[in-house]
Amino acid sequence: MLLIYCPYCEIERAETEFHCGGEAHIARPSDPEKTTEDDWVEFLYMRSNTKGIAAERWRHIHGCGRFFNAVRNTVSDEFLNIYKTGEAKPDLEAFAREAGK
Amino acid sequence: MSQPFRTEKGGRIDRAEELTFTFDGEELHGHAGDTLASALLANGVHLVGRSFKYHRPRGILTAGSEEPNALVGVYRKSDQTPNLRATQVELYDGLQAISQNRFPSLGFDVGAVNDLLSPLFPAGFYYKTFMWPKSFWDRVYEPIIRAAAGLGKPPKNPDHDTYGNLYAHCDVLIAGSGPSGLAAALAAAETGAKVILCDEQAEFGGSLLSETSATIDGKDPAVWVAYAVARLGAMDNVTLLPRTTAFGYFAHNFVALAERVTEHLADPDPRLPRERLWQVRAKEVVIAAGAIERPMVFPENDRPGILLADAGRTYLNRYGVKVGHKVLVATACDTAWQAAFDLADHGAEVVGIIDLRESPPESLVAIAAARGIRVEAGCVVTGTLGRKRVKAALLGRLMTSGQVASGGQIECDALLMSGGWTPTVSLFSQSRGKVVWDAEAGAFVPGKSVQKERSTGAANGLYGLEASLADGYAAGEGAARAATGKSAAIAHSRTSGGEAGSGGTLGALPHDRNASRVKAFVDYQNDVTAKDVKLAVREGMQSIEHIKRYTTTGMATDQGRLSNMNALQIASGALEKPLTDVGLTTFRQPFTPTTFGLFAGISRGDFFDPVRKTPSHDWAVAKGGLFEDVGQWKRAWYFPENGEDMHAAVERECRTVRKSVGLFDASTLGKIEVVGPDAAEFLERMYTNPWKKLAPGRCRYGLLLNDAGYITDDGVIGRLADDRFHVTTTTGGAASVFATMEDYLQTEWPDLDVWITSTTDQYAVAAVQGPKAREVIAPFIEGIDLSAEALPHMSVREATFCGVPCRLFRISFTGELGFEINVSRRHGKMMWETLAGEIEKHGGAAYGTEAMHVLRAEKGYIIIGQDTDGTVTPQDAGMTWAIGKKKPDFVGKRGLERPDLKAENRKQLVGLLTRDPKIKLEEGAQVTILENPATGTPAEGHVTSSYFSPALDRTIALAIVKNGHALEGKTLYVPMPEGSIPVEVAGTVFYDKEGARLNV
Repeated sequence: MLLIYCPYCEIERAETEFHCGGEAHIARPSDPEKTTEDDWVEFLYMRSNTKGIAAERWRHIHGCGRFFNAVRNTVSDEFLNIYKTGEAKPDLEAFAREAGK
Repeated sequence: MSQPFRTEKGGRIDRAEELTFTFDGEELHGHAGDTLASALLANGVHLVGRSFKYHRPRGILTAGSEEPNALVGVYRKSDQTPNLRATQVELYDGLQAISQNRFPSLGFDVGAVNDLLSPLFPAGFYYKTFMWPKSFWDRVYEPIIRAAAGLGKPPKNPDHDTYGNLYAHCDVLIAGSGPSGLAAALAAAETGAKVILCDEQAEFGGSLLSETSATIDGKDPAVWVAYAVARLGAMDNVTLLPRTTAFGYFAHNFVALAERVTEHLADPDPRLPRERLWQVRAKEVVIAAGAIERPMVFPENDRPGILLADAGRTYLNRYGVKVGHKVLVATACDTAWQAAFDLADHGAEVVGIIDLRESPPESLVAIAAARGIRVEAGCVVTGTLGRKRVKAALLGRLMTSGQVASGGQIECDALLMSGGWTPTVSLFSQSRGKVVWDAEAGAFVPGKSVQKERSTGAANGLYGLEASLADGYAAGEGAARAATGKSAAIAHSRTSGGEAGSGGTLGALPHDRNASRVKAFVDYQNDVTAKDVKLAVREGMQSIEHIKRYTTTGMATDQGRLSNMNALQIASGALEKPLTDVGLTTFRQPFTPTTFGLFAGISRGDFFDPVRKTPSHDWAVAKGGLFEDVGQWKRAWYFPENGEDMHAAVERECRTVRKSVGLFDASTLGKIEVVGPDAAEFLERMYTNPWKKLAPGRCRYGLLLNDAGYITDDGVIGRLADDRFHVTTTTGGAASVFATMEDYLQTEWPDLDVWITSTTDQYAVAAVQGPKAREVIAPFIEGIDLSAEALPHMSVREATFCGVPCRLFRISFTGELGFEINVSRRHGKMMWETLAGEIEKHGGAAYGTEAMHVLRAEKGYIIIGQDTDGTVTPQDAGMTWAIGKKKPDFVGKRGLERPDLKAENRKQLVGLLTRDPKIKLEEGAQVTILENPATGTPAEGHVTSSYFSPALDRTIALAIVKNGHALEGKTLYVPMPEGSIPVEVAGTVFYDKEGARLNV
């Protein structure tokens, strides 16, 4: 069971308090009407399903209820970075290089 | 009482306390401190079970949790727990144990014929034999395989026992309490770190408890153990957990421990659990799991009386039991020699030490000579005699050519063997670390740590008392420093004796026997022989993972702890590849078999899942109502009167609602309060419908899609004020709709000033439906005008019910005049009982979910998840009227524009009327164009809802059918085993199509 840090509660809690919300930084197109078919399908269904360093959405569903983002190594389960919703996506390549060492 | 193999003195048993137990009904005696295995051996009982496949007689092989043969059933509270390892079952007075996998008795077992037929059961036997004909798979083969499978019999009754569960956090968790584990605990505890020390055995000390030829600080090792345990026990920062197996190492240093609390007691306190699950989050873990001895793979190495050498030594020194009176020792390493010397010192006749090595250490040969023990170097055992107990061993002399020459035979009643040592890397492997080959240790040892753990002592391939203690101190200190940043000096104990020794062998030993006729076992529990592993390679298995699955080697309850290394060496030889290129299978959780009860804990019966009850629950029970489960909710299904069956009760309830009035508990519907300046804008974006122009005091049916364009939920939403909405959802969708709203609000539209709150449990809801609904509620409602003009259909008001605040909705899920009254949950019972009393005066009745379903189907109101399945669009459901066409965006709007969702031939919701009005279709039945379509013809759709409609006095159904909307009036078919049923496609509204009954 993972141990996850909630950036709003500023505390580590067991995974059972959280819910994983899938890949992070998949923004809903701001003008859906003008979004092409391919872009809409990309938004709806296409996920990178990364083996390695991935940015994910998590929600502290049985705590503060807030969504936040986390960089996790999906192979080792190690959390490398946790940040609030709205903050910029970190450089995943840099984490991957670090993990590859 | 006579225990013929008990030593005169020594051991850690309490000789003053004699215990009586039975094995297969025979009364035997042992002492406090015995395991079932040691007590059986003290009585000269070696034959304890029959093997899995060949039903060969089997004896106790080990003294630990890796025991593959001595699996027994133990009776407790009139039921029997199967497959317990006799080496781990602590003896108590009155213990009743039975052997397994034998019929009619352990001594005479008809299944033993399998041993003679063994040429018929090669590796991969199942895959080769039970292949065809296909029709035999479930009728013939599976029953045969099931009847033959398994060793013990499962218990007959539900588990009587209770199981505890607790979470713990610590700085340093130490698994194993041998020399390294104890030293690690002492060093870590000294720093003040919070330490948990666990060991699967009843006593701490591990190998030290059977070590009598070495000293620590000049004293017997067991004395040092007692000192160390006492010191640790006196420290507040230390938790000691004996009888506790660290069985699973999971992510983020989460380790699961199984503590056996009462199983070792004759008369346990009934308030105590049988076992306790410890879920430990450790900052650092020290794995001090030790090492286990490898069996030697020679022909007939499985007869009762053949044990691992260290097990023989443990039974002698720890339990005061000689495994035989005439003991032969066969070994490839130094440590087994000490077992021979200890046995000789206790008066057993050691008939010989057979060492594989050409020149064993001079020092050992000299000690053996001093005791008059015959030593044969460069020699192997090539077979054994004796059926239920070993009688003699055949010897073979290794020639320089690699051949083996016959070396005669030696009579013995016990044979101790040692192929060397294998570090127990299971926990390390579970922590996802990769093992590496250590040529010097001749073993796989832990490689780079992946989690915050370190292996120490024998588990790390480090042998010998001095080295184990030193490594343990360092591991404990290092772990504490890593966890807390603190360190402390601790005096290290000094040792003498207990040298590591050298030697060891892997794989099958050479012999001069006919290889096709003899069995040399690699995996005892699964009856896998050296021959089977070679056969698997010959038949094309290249990977060790394939060999494992084909032969089942390493798939027993010890997970290959005993067998893997030998199997690997045999496979390596057959594949002509270096051992390290063949690879090792992965050890997985649990380390030893773990009970289901431990995992379930208190989550059984009523505690398995929360039960949610409505305010009318007790009333409904008293009324004789029947219930159905809707998620966690118990909902009243129907209320039979005067012996009515379900059909009669539901029909009466439906007629009552249409004729006079019905009362229904709608409290389970999801409720969400949406509040804030942007509340209308938020709903405008979430739901298909327009909300901005909805006036306060009015409500509207809302349809919720996902962004793909499919219907996911629905419900009525009332506007209480400009900035406040009362949203209802389906019962099953309450949690997911709320989560979806939070998701969009927090992550897509954080700019909206809206607060949402789940209020499902805050309101009790009574639905009063029927022509007399207004008369029923009128006496209790104050503060508003209930007239049709002042309160038209689809209105909402705040008022009081019997003086308590309520939200009154004028809405209907039946097609009749209807009201839904929301009061605070604590007034729910009062409201229900008041209304239940009132409706009786008007000839009304309470109705349940079944009548509710019929009434809504008569009106064509859909149920999400029943009439929709996650691929239905509003157009498919005939609900384009619910879409706000002028809105720039809402969840699902863009999705609906996708070509597939606008394509021809989509399945659409329609009504179906059977030609024969008495025939009720089965929900889920397929719909076809042809009356008798050929097998394999795709269905045009399926029936989603089907009922007998009292209002129409005929059956009705809803279905999703390809191009259904265009087929209205056409005849389709529903093929059933009894014949095809003709149906006419109709609209979805069957009753009161104009809605006249709603607006009264």
